[in-house]
Amino acid sequence: MSTSSSLPFEDFREDVSKAYPSKVGKKRMKSMIQATPGGPSEIQANVRTVPGIISQRGCTYAGCKGVVLGPTRDIVNITHGPIGCGFYSWLTRRNQTRPETPESENFMTYCFSTDMQDEHIVFGGETRLKEAIQEAYDLFHPKAIAVFSTCPVGLIGDDVHAVAREMKAKFGDCNVFGFSCEGYKGVSQSAGHHIANNQIFKHVVGTEDEAPEGEFRVNLLGEYNIGGDAFEIEELFEACGITLVSTFSGNSTVSHFARAHHADLNLVMCHRSINYLAEMLETKYGIPWMKVNFIGAAATAKALRKVGEYFGDEALKARIESVVAAKLTETEEYAATVRGRTQGKTVMLFVGGSRAHHYQELFKELGMKTIAAGYEFGHRDDYEGRKVIPDIAVDADTRNIEELKVEKDPDLYRERKTPEELETLKAKGLEIADYEGMIPDMDPEAFVIDDVSHYELEKLMEHYKPDLICAGIKEKYAVQKWGVPLKQLHNYDYGGPYAAFGGARNFYEEIDRMVGSKLWDMVTPPWMKPLEPRPVEIL
Amino acid sequence: MRKVAIYGKGGIGKSTTTQNTVAALGEMGKRVMVIGCDPKADSTRLLLGGLVQGTVLDTLREEGEDVELGDVMRTGFADCRCVESGGPEPGVGCAGRGIITSINLLEQLGAYEEDKQLDYAFYDVLGDVVCGGFAMPIREGKAEEIYIVVSGEMMAMYAANNICKGIRKFADAGGVRLGGLICNSRNVDNEKEMIEQLAKQIGTQMIHFVPRDNIVQRAEINRKTVIDYEPDCGQADEYRTLAANIENNDMFVIPKPIEIDALEHLLVEYGMV
Repeated sequence: MSTSSSLPFEDFREDVSKAYPSKVGKKRMKSMIQATPGGPSEIQANVRTVPGIISQRGCTYAGCKGVVLGPTRDIVNITHGPIGCGFYSWLTRRNQTRPETPESENFMTYCFSTDMQDEHIVFGGETRLKEAIQEAYDLFHPKAIAVFSTCPVGLIGDDVHAVAREMKAKFGDCNVFGFSCEGYKGVSQSAGHHIANNQIFKHVVGTEDEAPEGEFRVNLLGEYNIGGDAFEIEELFEACGITLVSTFSGNSTVSHFARAHHADLNLVMCHRSINYLAEMLETKYGIPWMKVNFIGAAATAKALRKVGEYFGDEALKARIESVVAAKLTETEEYAATVRGRTQGKTVMLFVGGSRAHHYQELFKELGMKTIAAGYEFGHRDDYEGRKVIPDIAVDADTRNIEELKVEKDPDLYRERKTPEELETLKAKGLEIADYEGMIPDMDPEAFVIDDVSHYELEKLMEHYKPDLICAGIKEKYAVQKWGVPLKQLHNYDYGGPYAAFGGARNFYEEIDRMVGSKLWDMVTPPWMKPLEPRPVEIL
Repeated sequence: MRKVAIYGKGGIGKSTTTQNTVAALGEMGKRVMVIGCDPKADSTRLLLGGLVQGTVLDTLREEGEDVELGDVMRTGFADCRCVESGGPEPGVGCAGRGIITSINLLEQLGAYEEDKQLDYAFYDVLGDVVCGGFAMPIREGKAEEIYIVVSGEMMAMYAANNICKGIRKFADAGGVRLGGLICNSRNVDNEKEMIEQLAKQIGTQMIHFVPRDNIVQRAEINRKTVIDYEPDCGQADEYRTLAANIENNDMFVIPKPIEIDALEHLLVEYGMV
């Protein structure tokens, strides 16, 4: 089903807004546009959700602890707060990791919390936090301990940074640092990503000198190894002769972060969650960054070729071509066998700050049509491209987040490419220090909706009945009750990996299975059945 | 049992006034409990002859859940019961949450039950109604009547007016009412008339004008209320009158806080002699 044959976009917007109070309706309309080039391309994003609306969003703490720091295996991540925040952010993202040896550290399976009680709220929780840090240190002797602030910590004014400094000085051999990532601090989890970027840059990056061997050294930014995605990409890099210095933060260690300044190129996957770090690494150490996407077979080939182009080394390019030749054809051949069943099916993606864009590649390869997409926590630049950044109004929520003053490092700054060389690369189509956003890649008819609400999602299903929706656990069952299958793109429904060539194949198989299932047609949920008259009870 | 809370600007003399009033009520044979809602825990010093050892929150911390009423309640002058909520050191934690915790514990321990045969519970609350914790005594029917200690100084009147906003907020939901303003004189020009006028504009009364007297200071140095220290002096009688006025009070209102302009006008009209 395509949008053009159903309710026109303007009518859809009007239908949705009818249910809202007029002020809310007006606000929500600004977050719904059509991807039509030349049309009203400005989308409202990264603004506070109206209370009462069922939003997909998470909190600042979730973005900081869960997303950015969660996938690093040898940092003891302590949640400073009542137990719920720590418990419900425990392993929920299915980040995988592979310690070097069976004896190597891996704290990801643990859930550390200070388990604040009423007493700590009243008298302050700093002593409790020190005890927790000490206990973690005594038990594990980790290289690093990170402290994450939950909402009450900000209200009672515990100074987690002072505690971290004190404990770091006391231990001498353990890096302790804190995050002021109280859940209420931002519009969404996006604020937490920024706070995480800042502290990792300030306290970890550049603290280890040992440079990894390798001719073509890169960092991979914004890849969180959900369902083993990073393993696929790592394997690919190795086959191509590309040395991965550090991933932020899938399958990573604190030492990887500490030596990240030795890379000669930063590859940015999830622009939203990690672009701050990419910019700071460039300013301080002179490492250029480039937007890439390893989701989708063709996208993966394109990304690898861009890396080859950047280094400009013929041997590397040849090696990349041979890897691409072997893998791409094989993957495309498999896609062709599936496409007969998936061609023309429709999908909606409401997820993340990059995933709703990246996964459109995979659906294209399946011949499926993305009829609506949107982010939970993206900003305007993730939709419209970085060119709009100067026009984005800085609001109070953004001002709440520290903006680090970063300067050239007098000793460690090294220019990798001259400005002229970078311009030449840009002319060749490399997204150097740039991201064009999701909208230019979309069908002009497609809907773009930021921070979609539960109600709007139901309206979309009612009018356009997509064959598949991609979102997260909060939407999954509500959507499936409508007889529409839902693929989770946060935790992959226990599947994956879906990145690179091997991942693409897994994804084709999964989507073929999901959209081909007759199950949904066989089920008539009780509320879709005609109402039978119920006997009147006489009391 | 009448449940009374005393509010007012910091340093205005809430604790001194409360304790002297309680002492006078005790003298009259009333059974009174005083609950200090100030982290400094100095609301019962004059009744107990010294600072209390073992505030509610300290006891909770040390004893865990097994706290008994006797662990946190002391008996002072004229058989009045004294409890101090206690709280964190300045600059840490959340004193407001501490007050909520304390009052909840007292209720749980049955401090207000019939068998205690109390005539009065007095809450002596720190400063303004700055946050939810300090509003606790006026929420959910914990205190039913409020007296605001005020003087003829601008900032004290400003604070009193602000506290009225807090009372009005909770009046509809919880039934809390303002019983009157207690003027604790600072020897400001025309003070009595000014506070009477302020009370009138807010819609309440000045329940008593307590003159300034150094005997209060001397009694405090001796860790006593004036009624205990020098029962025959005139100031002791002032507190007895205040206690009697409260005992006989029947004017309980939802205050109407006034605009800042009106407050300043009042100062110009009455304060400039």
